[in-house]
Amino acid sequence: MSGARLTADLRVADRVEASFVAEPGEVLAVIGPNGAGKSSLLHALAGLVDVTGTALLGDTDLLALPVRERRVGLVFQGQLLFPHLTALDNVAFGLRARGESRARADAVARDWLERFGIAELAGRRPRELSGGQAQRVAIARALATDPDVLLLDEPFTGLDVSVQMALRIELGRHLRDFAGIALLVTHDAIDALTLADRVLVLDDGGVAQVGAPAEVAAEPRTPHVARLVGLNLVADGEEMIAFTPDAVVVSLHEPEGSTRLRWRGPIATVAPHGDVVRLLVHAGPDLLADLTPAAATELGLLPGREVWLSTKATAVSRYPARG
Amino acid sequence: MRDRLGRPPALLVVPAVVATLLLLVPLVAMVASTDWQALPDHLTSRTALDALRISLLTSTVAIAFCLLLGLPLAWLLARVDFRGRGALRALVTVPLVLPPVVAGVALRSAFGRTGLVGEPLLEWTGFAFPFTTWGVVLAHVFVSMPFVVIAIEGALRSADPRYDDAAATLGATRWTTFRRVTVPLALPGVVAGTVLGWARSLGEFGATITFNGNYPGTTQTMPTLIYVTRQADQDAALSLSLVMLLVSIGVLVALRDHWLGTP
Repeated sequence: MSGARLTADLRVADRVEASFVAEPGEVLAVIGPNGAGKSSLLHALAGLVDVTGTALLGDTDLLALPVRERRVGLVFQGQLLFPHLTALDNVAFGLRARGESRARADAVARDWLERFGIAELAGRRPRELSGGQAQRVAIARALATDPDVLLLDEPFTGLDVSVQMALRIELGRHLRDFAGIALLVTHDAIDALTLADRVLVLDDGGVAQVGAPAEVAAEPRTPHVARLVGLNLVADGEEMIAFTPDAVVVSLHEPEGSTRLRWRGPIATVAPHGDVVRLLVHAGPDLLADLTPAAATELGLLPGREVWLSTKATAVSRYPARG
Repeated sequence: MRDRLGRPPALLVVPAVVATLLLLVPLVAMVASTDWQALPDHLTSRTALDALRISLLTSTVAIAFCLLLGLPLAWLLARVDFRGRGALRALVTVPLVLPPVVAGVALRSAFGRTGLVGEPLLEWTGFAFPFTTWGVVLAHVFVSMPFVVIAIEGALRSADPRYDDAAATLGATRWTTFRRVTVPLALPGVVAGTVLGWARSLGEFGATITFNGNYPGTTQTMPTLIYVTRQADQDAALSLSLVMLLVSIGVLVALRDHWLGTP
């Protein structure tokens, strides 16, 4: 029954604890550092790990159903296409498992391969497919069963950057047409910003933030997201302070003036970033600072060197740490 | 081979060569002392043909039963978590280390005319296993099953169980998954286990002769025929042994190319 809201309250022991709601037709990106429990969350919904709590889809608790009755399509990290079956048979597998005739299953599968622009690869086995092609087959395989919930576990990991770009656009198109709920685990801010309606940020085994992508990108609450969107994030009591690396002034001596926004620490890395030089400084919090190559040379900035960083109160945005 | 780490030490090379000779010399000697002129007569004798037929028939039927029963058992051991799984796995290996003669005695206790199962079976159906071709099959199944189960279980365990997960999320029952995913992925191991079991069955001697005696035309297999022939006619025994050697090598070579892969 497509068109039902998902209300989940999940606990996977030692991995993750998360409550969230997802509306039909919505794409919810799940981001967070490694070990935050992103994959565990998906596997819990699919029924592949032990979990307590509830996952109500309409008024059916998914967690009470055996895996195969959940109508949850999972696109695994690394695809897990059946190596002994052709692309067509892989996509047709779910339909045949659910009792469709071979002819009907093949027809639907062929149609899905066509939609992904890989109809001519129908007869190939997974080892004869490129990474991008295999990922398309994997997504088609999950969508072909017409799931209520589509779970995508890092669908672009391990692909060439150009392939990622093309596939991201394609996936966006399919997700717009998809009537069910999609959960997209990713470690790439671009995925969250371009594909998701909302972003669920996991950190340290729990939900740290939920919101529209632009909102989360502008006011991140976790260092991980701040790093993904290229912002400096500093906790200041009950508030968070976010500011861009180019708003940071680097100096060798303690800056004049009365600003509280100053930090001191050794330079960790110096690397070109576009047409500026980006420093990472271990200044209590790890902070990024951009400056011109000329300025970097003039100051003699090398890893290990102690520097002062400061920024103006007018250059930062302040917002509550919880909300 | 590049010996970047130095020459292989004699302390290891010499025993390795001795081991190789120990395996090879008896086979070469057997081939060398075969009476080639008498060979056709030895092999086309009635008893020889009967024994060969019974050997091929019983070991093939036995391996079919081993697969039919052993594949599900291997799957259960590899994929289902249940109490006593470790004990069951140990039990499966017992016939592997049991002297075949003892296996024959045990089979007699169970399936003999006065055995635990044999007696009621005889009462109800009038059929008894001992001294029949089915008795030979039963003995073969008993000694070959562990080879089949252990080899297949190993193959199933080394196949990535996440493919089973993937099949389940796509709506497959465990039976569908078993049929369309698990077994096809473990097929090389299944074939290897089958070949091993078949070869073990073909060479079965102790349990067969203890349980079924050695009657030409019904329970006399190649190994039991070779054993009795050897006492009377050394040359004939050599000829029969040569056939077994060729069959063994033939199976190994054929399956190695097709299934087992070359290392």
